[in-house]
Order: sequence, then structure tokens, then C-alpha cells
Amino acid sequence: MDNNLLLEMREIDKRFSGVHALDSVDFSVRKGEILALMGENGAGKSTLIKVLTGLYRKDGGQIIFDGTERNFHTPQDSQRAGISTIYQEINLIPHLSVAENIFIGQEPRNAFGIDWDSVNKQARQLLLDNGIDIDVTQDLASYSTAVQQMVAITRAISQNAKLLIMDEPTSSLADDEVQVMFSKMRELVAKGMSIIFISHKLDEVFTICDRTTILKDGKLVGSYDIDKITKLEMVSKMIGRDASNVLKRTVGVYEEKPGTIPLVHTKNIDNRVTLHGVSIDIRPGEIVGIAGLLGAGKSEYAKVLFGCDNTYTGTFEVEGKPVRLKSPKGAIDLGFAYCSEDRKVEGIFPHMTITENMTITALPRISKFGVVDSKKQKAIVDKYIESIRIKTPSSEQLISNLSGGNQQKVLLGRWLSMNPRLIILDEPTRGIDVGAKAEIEALIREFSQNGISVLYISSELEELIRNCYRIVVIRDGQNSVELTDQDITEENIMKYIAKNAKETEVDHG
Amino acid sequence: MADAKRESGISRAAVNAHLKKFGALYAFLILIAINSISNRNFLAVNTFWNLLIQAFPIIITSLGMLFVISGGGIDVSVGSVMAVAGALNAVIMNGIYPFFPKSILFGVIMAIVVAGLFGAFNGVMVSVFKMQPIVVTLTTYIIARGLAQLIANGKILSFSNTPFNAIGIYRLPGNIPIQVLIELLFIIVTAFVLKKTVFGYQVQAIGENAQAAKLCGIRTTRVRIMIYVISSLIAAVAGLLVSSRTSAADPTNLGALAEMDAIASVAIGGTSMSGGKARILTTVISAMIIQLITITINMNNIHYAYARVMKGIIIILAVYIQQDKSR
Ligand SMILES: Nc1ncnc2c1ncn2[C@@H]1O[C@H](COP(=O)(O)OP(=O)(O)OP(=O)(O)O)[C@@H](O)[C@H]1O
Ligand SMILES: [Mg+2]
Repeated sequence: MDNNLLLEMREIDKRFSGVHALDSVDFSVRKGEILALMGENGAGKSTLIKVLTGLYRKDGGQIIFDGTERNFHTPQDSQRAGISTIYQEINLIPHLSVAENIFIGQEPRNAFGIDWDSVNKQARQLLLDNGIDIDVTQDLASYSTAVQQMVAITRAISQNAKLLIMDEPTSSLADDEVQVMFSKMRELVAKGMSIIFISHKLDEVFTICDRTTILKDGKLVGSYDIDKITKLEMVSKMIGRDASNVLKRTVGVYEEKPGTIPLVHTKNIDNRVTLHGVSIDIRPGEIVGIAGLLGAGKSEYAKVLFGCDNTYTGTFEVEGKPVRLKSPKGAIDLGFAYCSEDRKVEGIFPHMTITENMTITALPRISKFGVVDSKKQKAIVDKYIESIRIKTPSSEQLISNLSGGNQQKVLLGRWLSMNPRLIILDEPTRGIDVGAKAEIEALIREFSQNGISVLYISSELEELIRNCYRIVVIRDGQNSVELTDQDITEENIMKYIAKNAKETEVDHG
Repeated sequence: MADAKRESGISRAAVNAHLKKFGALYAFLILIAINSISNRNFLAVNTFWNLLIQAFPIIITSLGMLFVISGGGIDVSVGSVMAVAGALNAVIMNGIYPFFPKSILFGVIMAIVVAGLFGAFNGVMVSVFKMQPIVVTLTTYIIARGLAQLIANGKILSFSNTPFNAIGIYRLPGNIPIQVLIELLFIIVTAFVLKKTVFGYQVQAIGENAQAAKLCGIRTTRVRIMIYVISSLIAAVAGLLVSSRTSAADPTNLGALAEMDAIASVAIGGTSMSGGKARILTTVISAMIIQLITITINMNNIHYAYARVMKGIIIILAVYIQQDKSR
């Protein structure tokens, strides 16, 4: 036996009703390496992880961890054995404080029970080490998805495990935060820890990983050293055909028709908490990007446009007429659509089917006298399952049985099917595989050609640069710069995105 | 901690899933079997009609409760609203208050209107003022019961030989009680509304994830108010029927604990207490189970108090089986 291996999984099998999620998969992790587990949405990556950690029971196969055969029955079992896991769906407790979330189950104690002072202090220090400066006594739910991801990472790292598993830990993090995380990961590996890293962002994988194992449709494709494989080869193996078309993308151009008034005109939007003067115009058929760091106010601005935040001051006009939206309903009536970044809390109805989840917004339109026309309902669902390739045995499957990326596609379908005039996409490709990402981006550009405006929020600069005609960078809730045409470059955005050092000091002074 | 669904071995998972789906039906069949063995007369056709008739208030109030619970709320004021409806109709019908016309139709309309107002109050407090449903409806539970007693001046109001009594006893050709027909209508309409209408989907969506529902453009405030109004309107119908059947309205005992039976039926029926997917058929069967327990105990001359203990045990058991083990 190779005693350089920390983990060996042999012929792992797992079935769900109607889906053979893992088909005799062999998988191994060496000591001190960072291994990328790759595959399309629904390939079986998360399932393999859950089988390993004891969240799912395997139907067949063998798991050897640290030299002995193991069968973990619960996630706690595997955690005790030295496997620390960040699941794809953040598995923290929203209504506990950040500090409690980091230390739950391993709180430092004193004579009076849990030593809260020390919990809070240590939690704060751990987060600071990861570049996150927040009040740890607040409920976790009061922070953005990105902060929550950083908390989950901090928690996992603090457990001193032998194996760290990260299932799409970076999906809503901006580059800066990702860099911080990478340097942490390198430290851990230097100390002998092994890491399984799952991500749909190829750049990240090529930056941080040593080796990759690729799955397709629940089967092993193979394992490769990162420096012996190209991006193109990797994606081709993931999708099972030549990927040259998938990776090649063109940037469209926006042709402004003379005399068009902006669809949306906002000036000095200020809610006194997160926004302190954001001004953005969106013209018909234009794709406007918003870039900004975590907490800069990107999602908060989107929420104002969509009627979720009625406390702002400033100008908000639609086609030249001032509006004040009191609820999302009002925004939808104006032809707006908003696909939230927070899939779990603001998106899915977990115990409902794909059909129900996808059409809930469209129902009033496909009904007569309040009675739903189930033929039209089915037509919508079939169309989007097909066009954005949602991987599922049937449209009546519960959405929570889908892989993360496929859940995201259902939500996209929900809003695309509304034929909106403006679609606000907040991290739309979060957790979506390369192939589908290309398709969705193409779809978005097609929208814009048909005169639909898009507000595109993303923490992935490349994605913004590729798709947007104009990018507004916001910083601390204010416009930092607006870039168009040739000015849209990564360097330019980076220059305006971050606070410079002096300002930071003033902020804390 | 982790909240992905935990899969157990095929056999156990399958058994669990099966019990979840058909547990109520089995319990129902077992109860019928027990009764048929211990009591020869039980299997007579009349017993069947009797079961359906007697279960009427439980069945329809549990349908009302189904709207409330699947919409993420709870309504404990049902029994008291039944009493208000019964009492109000009785005083008007009996012409106790001279300033009201002595008319059955007017009595029924007033009963329904007043009940609707209680429902609207519940709904507005819950959705506009964001108060806990249990607190709001508990308040209504107290107020409405008090109001019923005030209306009736604390006395049992009886009436007889009015056309109103007929609803409770009238049978259609073929010996089919008219109540059973009304009951069936309620079940069908509820199923239709929950499964086929925009409103029905919206109720369940709110129960599943209220925040997401709002972002999907659902007018959550309005839908929530409607849910509570429906529950109270149905309670009024139940209250009127019970009083028609008993030819009296007892402001103190009419509808007492009816909300508990309704909640229990919904719970046993497998709808999550935290809201979401509404299960209609199993709710109806569960309502009949609860009625059957009472009948079983009566027929075998066991003290009524045992019925309560038994109901309690069954509810706990059923909810345990239904529970999503991962939570
Ligand atoms: N609890 C479940 N019940 C039924 N099917 C499931 C369940 N969990 C996963 N599946 C199915 O198993 C397959 C693999 O899913 P998995 O979540 O492992 O994909 P993934 O590779 O992690 O995808 P993604 O990149 O989208 O996260 C999918 O087809 C999915 O629909
Ligand atoms: Mg996954």
C-alpha cells in the first residue's frame, strides 16, 4: 500500500431514486497536497464528499482514511477522525452569533461554563487573521453570503484537521478574499494537511492545486497533475467533448440609439447604512456591471432597485418618471427581475418541485381567474430544463435533490421566463460549471441584443469584463469610478475597487 | 448541524418514506378493524354515514387549519369563533335582540361576517404588525369565547323545528346526509385551491420560505390575511352546523378544543408544522381518525378522558414519524 496516501476511496457507489450519482468511483488524496475535484454540475462531487463524511451512506465501496478502513456514520464521526468540511450549502446556524458559529461544539470553558469573553476574542482574532474585520457578536445572518463563507472557512481551518474539504468555498468571494484564503491554504499544506478543493473557477484551480480528479456523470474520468494538463484539456474531460468553443468568448458592443432615455436612472442613492451615494444609469439593452469588494454595497443597491429597501433617499427614475417601489411586486410589475445571490435564503423553496420553484413568479401570468394553466406551466419548465440544461430525472423532482449548480439554473429559469425589461443578476453564475456558464452568458448577451437591460453583479472580474458594456465600481457604498470600452481592464478595476491604505487608517481612527 | 438530507439504508429509508405517506391510512384501517371486532354493529352502513357526519366539524376546520399551517402560521382561535358564530345565529334566529330581524338567513350572514372579522383581525395582526401567530390567535381565542358568552348572556340557547335544524338532519335520496355532500364539497374546493390556483401555490410558498416568496412578487401580507380569514369563515360554518345538529348553541362548550383536533389532523396528515407543502387527503383521513378514536371510546364505554390521552399519544407518534429527521 502507498503510505503516502491520506485517503483512499475504492469503487464508491451511491444511488438516489432515478439517479446513479456515483458509479464505482476510485478516489485518493495524498498527504500534504491540494487536490481539485472537478466536474460539471451534477457530476457527483458533493455526493462523493458527503459519502466520505458520513452525511450519506454509501451503497458500495471502501474508504481507507489515514491507514485504516473507516465507515463514518455521521459528519461528527468524520470530524472527530480529523476531517473538517465546508459543505457547498453553508452549514452554519444563521441565528447564532458569528463567534458561536466558529466555536460551536468546541467552546473554550471556564469555571462558569462557556467562556464567552474568550470565545468572542478568539473568534475575532481568527477572522482578523483571514482579513475579516467584523463584529463577531452579531448574528451570522446579518452578514452577506461572502462573509458567511469566510466564517465557514475560518471555522473549518480552526479545527486543525488532517483533511480539509472545501466544496465551492469561494463562490461568492472577491479576488482579495480568495487570495487571503489561498495563503492560508498554503500555510496549512506546508504543515502537512491535505485539502480537497472544489470550484468551478478554473483560474483558482490552476493557481492553488497540485493535482485534479475529474468526474463525469458519476464516473471517474481520471486524475492528473495540474502542471501536466491545460485548461482546455481539463474542460474537455469534464464535458466529454472538445471544449474549444466553450472557452472562446466574444465581447459584444453596445450601440446606443440616439435619443434613448435610460430605463433606470438613479442618482445619489443613500440608505445611510450601506449606501452613501450610488448613481447608476442603465439604458435599454445595455449590460451594466457592478464591481466592488465584499460589503461595498453591490447587493444593497440591487435591493433598492427591486423594491426591497424603501428607506433610501436620492433619485430613482424609470424611463424618466420618478418611482418609489414599496415591494418586489411593484418592481416585477415594472418588468424588473432579480436573481438573488443568496440561493438558500432568498431563492429556493426546498420542499417544492422544480416546476413549482421555477414558475412561482410567473403564475399570475399563466393563470385565468386565478387558476393555473398547467400546460403553460409545463411548457415553461420544459423549455428551460432544455435550454439551460438542468440535469434532473424529471421536472417533478424536489429542488433540494438537485446539485447546487442545477438549483441555481432553476432560479435563473424562474426569472428568464418572466421576459423582463431589466434583469438584475446578483452572482448569477455562482456554482455553475464552465459549460453552463458560457451558455448563460450567451443568453444574457442575447437578451441585451433584444433590448433587455441587464444589471450584472459579480465578484468575478473576468466575467464582468467579458460581458459588460459599462462597469461601475463602487466602494464603501459610493461610486468609485465608471469604466467604458477600452478602459474596462482588470488593472483599472482593481485600482478603484480597494480602499487605499491611508483611507483604511482614517476609517478606524 | 449539517442540513443536507441524511440517507439511511435502502430498507429503512423506504419504510420511513412509506410510513410517512401511508401511516395515517394504516392507523385509520387499524381503528376500523378494532371497532369491527369489538363491536358487531360497527360495520353497518349507518355507522359509516355517522362517522362522516360526526367528523364534519373536525374535517372542515382541519381544512381551514391546513391553509394556516401550510402558510407558516397557526390559528388556535377556531373553537371560540365557532362558538361566536353559533351563538350569534341563535340569538338572531330566536329574536332575542329586537333590533335585529328575526331571520335565519340574517343570522347565518351575521355569524359569517363576524367570524370573518375575527379572521381579518388575526391576519392583520400577524402580517401587518408582525406579531406571533400563536399570541394573536390565543388572544382571539379568549376574546371570541368571551364574546360568545356575552351574546348568549351565558345561557345555552336552544331552538327546534326551524328550517335551520334541517341542515343537520336532512338526507338526500339514497339516504345520503346533506352534510356529507357539503363536506365533500369543502374537500374538493380545498384541494382545488391548494393544488391548482395561484393563491394555493402562494400560500405554500410563503410557508416554505417567506423571504423568497416576497422576492417572487407574492403579496405576502395580503395572502396571510386571507389565510386567517378562510380559517375563521370555515370555523363559522362548522359552528353553525354543530348548533344545527344539536338544536342549540352552548356558548361555553360549542367548539371547545376544536382547534386542537384541527391542528392534530394537519400534523398527523404530514404537513410540516413550520409550513410548506399542504397534504389534503391525509389531513382528511387524520381528521376521521381523531373522530374514530372518540367513537371507539364511546362505543366501548370507556371514559372520555381516555380519548384525550389516546389522541395525545397518537399525535406525538404521528408527528415523530413525519418529522424530517435531519432537523
Ligand atoms: N438527496 C438527493 N436525492 C436525489 N438525487 C440527488 C440527491 N443529491 C444529489 N442528487 C443527484 O445526484 C447527482 C450528483 O449531485 P451532486 O450534488 O453530487 O453534484 P455536484 O457534482 O456537486 O454538482 P454541482 O457542481 O452543481 O454542485 C445529481 O444528478 C443530483 O441531482
Ligand atoms: Mg456540489
